Amino acid sequence: MPYRHVVGPRAYVFADLKDLMAKATPLRSGDMLAGIAAASAEENVAARMCLAEVPLTAFLSEALVPYETDEVTRLILDTHDLPAFRPISHMTVGDFRDFLLSATATSEALAALAPAITPEMAAAVSKIMRNQDLIAVAKKCRVVTKFRNTIGLPGTMAVRLQPNHPTDEVAGVTASILDGLLYGCGDAVIGINPASDSVPVLSELLKLIDGIIQRFDIPTQACVLTHVTTSTEVINRGVPVDLVFQSVAGTEGANASFGISLATLKEGHEAALSLKRGTLGDNVMYFETGQGSALSAGAHHGVDQQTLEARAYAVCRPFKPLLVNTVVGFIGPEYLYDGKQIIRAGLEDHFCGKLMGVPLGCDVCYTNHAEADQDDMDTLMTLLGAAGVTYIMGIPGSDDVMLNYQSTSFHDQLYLREVLGLKRAPEFEAWLQTMGITGPDGRLKPQGGGNALLTVAKGLDAGLAA
Amino acid sequence: MSKDGAPYVIEDAWVRLAATTPARIALGRAGTGMPTREVLRFALAHAQARDAVHTPFQAEEVARDVAALGFETIRLASAAPARDAYLRRPDLGRRLSDDSRAALRERAAQDGAPPDLAIVVADGLSSTAIHAQTVPFFTEFKARIAENGWSTGPVAIVEQARVALGDEVGEVLRARACLVLIGERPGLSSPDSLGLYLTFAPKVGRSDAERNCISNVRGEGLSHPHAAFKLAWLLKEALARQITGVTLKDESDLLLVAGQPPAARIAGA
Repeated sequence: MPYRHVVGPRAYVFADLKDLMAKATPLRSGDMLAGIAAASAEENVAARMCLAEVPLTAFLSEALVPYETDEVTRLILDTHDLPAFRPISHMTVGDFRDFLLSATATSEALAALAPAITPEMAAAVSKIMRNQDLIAVAKKCRVVTKFRNTIGLPGTMAVRLQPNHPTDEVAGVTASILDGLLYGCGDAVIGINPASDSVPVLSELLKLIDGIIQRFDIPTQACVLTHVTTSTEVINRGVPVDLVFQSVAGTEGANASFGISLATLKEGHEAALSLKRGTLGDNVMYFETGQGSALSAGAHHGVDQQTLEARAYAVCRPFKPLLVNTVVGFIGPEYLYDGKQIIRAGLEDHFCGKLMGVPLGCDVCYTNHAEADQDDMDTLMTLLGAAGVTYIMGIPGSDDVMLNYQSTSFHDQLYLREVLGLKRAPEFEAWLQTMGITGPDGRLKPQGGGNALLTVAKGLDAGLAA
Repeated sequence: MSKDGAPYVIEDAWVRLAATTPARIALGRAGTGMPTREVLRFALAHAQARDAVHTPFQAEEVARDVAALGFETIRLASAAPARDAYLRRPDLGRRLSDDSRAALRERAAQDGAPPDLAIVVADGLSSTAIHAQTVPFFTEFKARIAENGWSTGPVAIVEQARVALGDEVGEVLRARACLVLIGERPGLSSPDSLGLYLTFAPKVGRSDAERNCISNVRGEGLSHPHAAFKLAWLLKEALARQITGVTLKDESDLLLVAGQPPAARIAGA
């Protein structure tokens, strides 16, 4: 069904709902690459005005990606919670924005609504929201998850300790883990991106991280970020796996390009649950997403990349993940050209995920071929901290020496805690104090060489000497 | 700056561990921030990586070096006319220009039987990587090719190219598999890192899940002999099992554990 909007002497016509959504999206290079972006600044705003008048129910009757050929659309529509939807069923997209900002939309009300909000609804309202709206509403959303600690409590922000090494060497990975722990990082997960996808190497890394967690009784979880089918295989070989990881996208075709389907994810989820390794909860999945992946896979169906990103959260939702993060600036300038586009996308992704009830963190990052730098990342992480982001990455010196991109550092999370007063997951916070790493105020204590964690390093020194 | 000269910097007691990894650990801190020396060291590395993205590809030199190792070569270009278009339009970097496609077809028609392996050398996001790694890698891999008796097509040296461009080259050459050597997106500490992508039965439209990847090939990362060893293992398996991608797991390290380190094997080759 076409949509029309008149601005002065000009009538803008949008072919259908997905065309309207694409034209209403704040400008970004990926939608331009796909040839679906608004042709002028005025058309962009006309589309937003038109979108503001669309009833939310339109998203239940007009699928942007065909129901018949896409299992993600079927998942979204077949599991939509109509009773929960009733309180907002009369609203337009514009009404919905006003409601979300109002005092009526409390944390409790938003949590009750989450299963009623389809990704398309979340994306639509985000398109008519300013950055401050995305922050203000996300801040009210509560999504709490548990495995060996409690992630997502108000006033907290967790950190994934990312100890990547270009050749997966045990000594180097261990050194980065120790450095991160001694900087107070690692409550979200100690999660490594392996350079290799070789099962023996992955097994060795899992045993390494698990060994450190067990030895010091750290209230956190381990993850080796490899393909879900590989994790399942590793589990079958009896290797300790806490969290099963997978990159996911918002269409069946894009997921196929990752070598997965909903059925594959279900198998991985069941394999991880069968190990019963969580002590506080059974949120066992870790997902990563990012705008542009569907277009990159040639499976975007003419839908804008931000809406497809929100659909990726719908893929995550039924698996009750512990952690989901958008890797916002990783994909490159053809999708998010510069710091401004990366910042906007990071705030949109976080808002949409939280509104849908998904524990959204953000890899605040950029690559060296994008028009962005550390100053842009400082801005985005500060805004996300204010928005209540579930977790960010902690990477030594911001420099990922395996994946070749820049993300947030161990220092960056200290900065955010200092300026925004953010605490860690409470169990991890207590552990850091017990270990003499932080004081009661959560700040780092000066360390001599005598911290018990550094006894792990003695083995490494021997390795170095040999 | 010395410790004495920076009384506001808290140094980390585990600084000796920095020798175990290229990662930026044990940096010390000024309050919650990085010390001045680290902030500036980082800024310099970022500036150098930015410059690496835009260094022009010396395709002619690379072709000459590869030919000197005994390979046939052919120089091609993607449909992306220049660096800026390449960065904004990845679709153009995934296919050959019309002229290059015609030239490759002509070459395929002249050559005899289709090769086991088509090889593409692509600048990708770091021509610096190709300039540094191509010759040392080919030197090692050449021995593996000989050892296994594989036939190769002309090595295509392609400007402004992305990984998927290998699908078209492999398809035109009717190769059983295609290997793409490509400059990876430069990291702060590694502006010269090479990626290797292997695709069985290459044809236009293959997805990334249908490839195997070996990344971080460079002096300080995965060594050239080790990379050539892994690649040969994968290629042997790919040709035997007629697959690449997520269903083909790299288990070459089992052979290493079993006492066949690549250095020893190569010394004996």
